[in-house]
Amino acid sequence: MTDHDSVYDGLLGSDTSHWAFGQGRETSPSEDPLAGVDSTLPEGVDGAELAAYCLMLGDDALVLSHRISEWCSRAPDLEDDIALANIALDLLGQARLLLARAAAADPGIAPSLPAGSPVPPEDALAFFREAGEFRNARIMELPNGDFAHVVVRVLLASSARLAIMERLAASRDHVLAAVAAKGVKELTYHRDYAGRWFLTLAQGTDESRRRLLAALDLVWPLYAEMFAAHPVEVSLGEAGVGVDPTTVADEVDVVLEQVFAMSGVERPERQPLAGVRGRLGRHGLHTEAMSLLLAQMQVVARAHPEGRW
Amino acid sequence: MVTAYAVAASVTDPEMPMLTLEDLGVLRDVEVAADGAVVVAITPTYSGCPAMATMRDDLVHRLHDAGYDDVRVRVELSPAWSSDWITERGRRALAAHGLSAPGPAPQPDTSGPVPLNLLPRRRDLRCPQCGSAEVELTSEFGATACKALYRCTACLEPFEHVKEI
Repeated sequence: MTDHDSVYDGLLGSDTSHWAFGQGRETSPSEDPLAGVDSTLPEGVDGAELAAYCLMLGDDALVLSHRISEWCSRAPDLEDDIALANIALDLLGQARLLLARAAAADPGIAPSLPAGSPVPPEDALAFFREAGEFRNARIMELPNGDFAHVVVRVLLASSARLAIMERLAASRDHVLAAVAAKGVKELTYHRDYAGRWFLTLAQGTDESRRRLLAALDLVWPLYAEMFAAHPVEVSLGEAGVGVDPTTVADEVDVVLEQVFAMSGVERPERQPLAGVRGRLGRHGLHTEAMSLLLAQMQVVARAHPEGRW
Repeated sequence: MVTAYAVAASVTDPEMPMLTLEDLGVLRDVEVAADGAVVVAITPTYSGCPAMATMRDDLVHRLHDAGYDDVRVRVELSPAWSSDWITERGRRALAAHGLSAPGPAPQPDTSGPVPLNLLPRRRDLRCPQCGSAEVELTSEFGATACKALYRCTACLEPFEHVKEI
């Protein structure tokens, strides 16, 4: 019937390099996002501890990225849809580098997959861990609400992350320092975006203000947890490799006070969401929403552990 | 035989094909390793830049076609890419294709925290279609991570602006 095997044959002659992926490739260049990057451990640093730290920052970015990506095609207008998708993409990029760094620092940290599986270590960490193995703060996993909710969450999370990344750019670990230096530029845009919308909604209509205040009330109990230091953060902070988040809490407060003051919003007085016997997101304690989020995020990868994408 | 650098420098960006990787400033280094392999260093514009894999593939294939059999592409994360690295030729190519080139990137003030900016970023731009300075920002985020959206209030055409980072 046909004299060729694929409907695409003949479209581009024999030059298969027109295809971005797949078809007829003779070589498969390494997809390692850290290919060729010097991954030597800084002197005196334990690989397992560095890996645990990278998971914390990486999981924050991964889980928040997933939540923000759920907004794709649902934002109030096209510009904000694109803005949220861009923010999610930046965070996903940060997550990929940080999870790859975790696996390079401690290869044992990535879940093991069947022999011959093409899944790279950062994907194994993203798609094959259980909720209790994730180290993100719980503010990242909170289910989405309305547009005001995502504005408040991005404002609080990006303000904290920006302050941490600014300090992390001086890390003795060259990979973390490089990821952070780049992250600072991206997070500056994210925080400004959320801050402007916070102000706009607060000073907009009665309805926009009502919704903003309701969202702030809902998200605020998860704010303090971002500054509750895990022992790994304290230890690596002292070693000049990581950042102890308690050291940035005041600075982030000042930023938020600025936004609240311009918006005519009172700082909420709600109590932080409790942990269980001192355990919080950084220890692997999560809300019910986390399992549902992971079920959706991981289902395809888990159904095809040997799939090539 | 064309030099490996010349080949690598002529590969174009998959998302902004009017720019070569050299013009965009993502091509950081091309060297021949001790074992004879060509080692190309590239840096991502943004952490999540989805074009990195395609750039890597394109570099390998173009160098293969030019007769370089052993090609390795490595990632250079530091220093972080800056829009200041877009060459003059790159800026002219952007303008010729209706895109507005970035102004000078903000210099990091290392003396204190990054200041919060609740007002729309002011940029001194002209519409790449009609040259009018009467332009307004539609969104700080565009179709790719590196662009913002504008519209010209004189000719009413929308256009993209490559962001300063």
